[in-house]
Amino acid sequence: MAIELKQVIKRVGADTHIHRTDIKLEEGRFNILLGTTLSGKTTLLRLMAGLERPSSGEIWFQGRNVTGVAVQQRRVAMVYQQFINYPNLTVYENIASPLNVVRMPAAEIAQRVRKVAELLQIEPLLQRMPSELSGGQQQRTALARALVKESSLVLLDEPLANLDYKLREELREELPKLFRDSGATVVYATTEPAEALLLGGYTATLHQGRITQYGPTASVYRAPDDLLSAQVFSDPPINTAAIRKRGARFHYNDRVSWLAQGKYAALPDGSYTLAFRPHHITLAANNRDSVSVTGKVVVTEISGSESVVHMRVGSDTWVSLSHGIHQFARDQDVELFVQTDNCFYFDEQQRLI
Amino acid sequence: MIDKTTNQRAWFLVLPVVVLVAFNALIPLMTVVNYSVQETFGNNVFFFEGVKWFEQILHSERFHDSLLRQITFTGIILLIEIPLGVAIALAMPKRGPWVSVCLVLMALPLLIPWNVVGAMWNIFALPDIGLLGRMINGMGFDYNFTQRPLAAWFTTILMDVWHWTSLVVLLAYAGLSAIPDAYYQAARIDGASSWSVFRYIQLPKMKRVLTIAVLLRFMDSFMIYTEPFVLTGGGPGNSTTFLSIDLVKIALGQFDLGPAAAMSLIYFLIILVLSWIFYTLMMRNEEQ
Amino acid sequence: MAKITLDKIRHSYLEQPESPADWALKQLNVVWSDSGAYALLGPSGCGKTTLLNVISGLLRPSAGRVLFDERDVTDIPSDKRDIAQVFQFPVVYDTMSVYDNLAFPLRNRKVPERQVKQRVHEIARMLDLEDLLHNRAAHLTADGKQKISLGRGLVRSDVNVIMFDEPLTVIDPHLKWQLRSKLKQLHQEVGATMIYVTHDQTEALTFADQVVVMHDGEVVQIGTPVELFEKPSHTFVGHFIGSPGMNLLPCEIENGLPSFFGHRLETVRAVKPPAGASRIEIGIRPEFIRFADQGLPVEVVKVNDVGRYRIVEVAHQAHLIKLVLPEQLPVPERSGWLAFERDKTNVYVDGWIVT
Repeated sequence: MAIELKQVIKRVGADTHIHRTDIKLEEGRFNILLGTTLSGKTTLLRLMAGLERPSSGEIWFQGRNVTGVAVQQRRVAMVYQQFINYPNLTVYENIASPLNVVRMPAAEIAQRVRKVAELLQIEPLLQRMPSELSGGQQQRTALARALVKESSLVLLDEPLANLDYKLREELREELPKLFRDSGATVVYATTEPAEALLLGGYTATLHQGRITQYGPTASVYRAPDDLLSAQVFSDPPINTAAIRKRGARFHYNDRVSWLAQGKYAALPDGSYTLAFRPHHITLAANNRDSVSVTGKVVVTEISGSESVVHMRVGSDTWVSLSHGIHQFARDQDVELFVQTDNCFYFDEQQRLI
Repeated sequence: MIDKTTNQRAWFLVLPVVVLVAFNALIPLMTVVNYSVQETFGNNVFFFEGVKWFEQILHSERFHDSLLRQITFTGIILLIEIPLGVAIALAMPKRGPWVSVCLVLMALPLLIPWNVVGAMWNIFALPDIGLLGRMINGMGFDYNFTQRPLAAWFTTILMDVWHWTSLVVLLAYAGLSAIPDAYYQAARIDGASSWSVFRYIQLPKMKRVLTIAVLLRFMDSFMIYTEPFVLTGGGPGNSTTFLSIDLVKIALGQFDLGPAAAMSLIYFLIILVLSWIFYTLMMRNEEQ
Repeated sequence: MAKITLDKIRHSYLEQPESPADWALKQLNVVWSDSGAYALLGPSGCGKTTLLNVISGLLRPSAGRVLFDERDVTDIPSDKRDIAQVFQFPVVYDTMSVYDNLAFPLRNRKVPERQVKQRVHEIARMLDLEDLLHNRAAHLTADGKQKISLGRGLVRSDVNVIMFDEPLTVIDPHLKWQLRSKLKQLHQEVGATMIYVTHDQTEALTFADQVVVMHDGEVVQIGTPVELFEKPSHTFVGHFIGSPGMNLLPCEIENGLPSFFGHRLETVRAVKPPAGASRIEIGIRPEFIRFADQGLPVEVVKVNDVGRYRIVEVAHQAHLIKLVLPEQLPVPERSGWLAFERDKTNVYVDGWIVT
């Protein structure tokens, strides 16, 4: 077990930043904390690093209770959203700085710095100053500094948020590889569901200081425990609808209804919440279980190969994402198909059925 | 709002400072408190007097006069130095080689020891040989700061403005340079006048540093001693005898330790309370 | 609203530019028609912010003219150009209420208070800010502040153009969707000319009718999102737009048909490489490749499940090719064959498309 939070609560003044949290992160895993701004990602990272002390509860690190142990005495590395490097040191000196602190022999330092620099492809830049680097190169330097320590725990707080789109794409692909080779346990905070999916590993969804679900990234995405986890883990936002079950059929809006199949057939009558991702409501009916819904177009966005239609159905606003180019005028009536077999059904407590 | 991991050993690092502060602040302060409630006739014999000295000081006309002079002086120099400092900071170049030239020029008066400033201005303003004194008299004014209270006040204020406006300038300039360009660009596009830019962008963004500037200038000028002492010695008459000059006269001139101690405690409390009021007033909006 | 013409615009931040690298903008000719939605797309340092500042009048170009309709505004300061701009980080007047913030540009132009009130309420309704009108602007969230910046641009009915400089940088993803579609909706409602600067291809493509792709101070391509996606005129555009970017396969030409490691690839047109061409490539987007029963033989290297589709990396002779497969399509275990959509397969000679 690399790191474990036991019944951790964090309060600041009258506000609770982290509600009672239990989570175990296995050695060598790539973990993602996914949540909006202020959902508690950074606080959790700071608690794990030892930069903050929990109001109650314990933090265990490699089988040792480290609650209250100062950050200097834990083997952790942290990378921030802002590119933080020593401005008056060269890239080489920057990367070597954590090793100099522990008085490592110069030859070994040189060897380790070279190795990390090579891995991050910044070898040609070692003699430059941080101010002479591009944003991507600066963040690579900061990452190298975190890697060179060979810490067993690496914490990354939205490290790619300030980078250009294409650079992000590149580093997103490299990062899991880099850390897989280093064997470190990684905790990576991000606000972007798409980023979590690209990075893979394990994901914890966060909402207002609570971890709503933790598991392998793809399975959290495919089988959210509750509506909140589904909402946190959806980009574009997931669509929801209040539905009722009467007899063998689900009803939405008095006009639309469909047969409850499989495990849903046995559900008792009552109110449920239906949630479906934008690519499961499309302009073409692509299987037998699609249910037709008519809405009014609010706005259409086209992104080269896909069309995003924002529309109003009754009092609900939904987003649909379809393959191909489809342009609609404002307030035009449009028929869309909900793939009911790809929908999530939640009970009145918003838990997945 | 971040509370860090507690590490009790950190207290050891603070210990030397605690000892230092105890020796140069707490112990002298307690000595003063001790003196303020006792009477002595020398020979190290003390009698307990309760709050007699405090009553005496609070009812003394002499104290009222110097307090009034002090408040007038501080009020005037704040009214001059703060707007003037902000105005100079606004006029200074934002970038280019002239920035450092201006900053060095501005910092110069701050580097001169206080008694030297007093001596400089004393000579500078002498009506017969001083450059300033000669000039003013040359313009037809009867100017003599050693004999005329108004001239003495004028000179003292001018000296303080010369000496300390730079501090306000430097602070205001730092506040101004922290404003992102986008604000100015947005204001230009919104068609804002330069007054609006000042009122709605520069002033609000400078508020924190200006609060510090006002507090520093208030406290410093309220305790002013060396420069007027060297310049005018508190005269002519008592016209420039500010609180600290008066205090020294009582304590060392007349050796009335009890009243002097009581007076310095009252003095200390006034500064404390006024600073607190200034700070709360200026920071009030911030917390809403 | 106005048509905007950039006529032979060049700009350098140096006084005596010598080498081509000294130019932040190297000769641009662009015409933007009235009430269109445009995007300026490019990596950081490509000159897009410089160009934006030239249009808004915050920067005077070293050479060339800026025309609003037929009027030359090159020497006219920004406050006289009747433009609005939304910046990367929200700019609000902290001490004012939301209402006063929105009213500010109107009051500066001496609009009667009754009209100000009507206009501010109208804009607040469009931006869903009505309930917040009397709150202090300083206490809003980032997206609320950005809406105010936007509202200050929209509030004037006489603006020629509204410009956005990476306006969604500080906004959370789920709010990005809302704000972005709101922008598009507003564009259709008020019909203002809008120019949106960004490095994010999704934002550019979804917002704009026409996208200007910039690279190293030059315009590489101007086109609709579909054109940029299907027919990138330069390999840079192919790489920069799309995630992952376009696959580029080095080719040789045999009898007018490109061949990749000896495999003939079908394209719409026969290719005749010009004399002296050093580099010939096939460009095909990951979205337009499928597994088939025959075609280019490949080994499957990696499958990355990203939810609504999978990114599959395959190799032919150590050359990596990426595919984007929708969730329902199967991926072969170890090896298979690739088929390219014929009319989406482009040929590039020395980086430029052959048509």
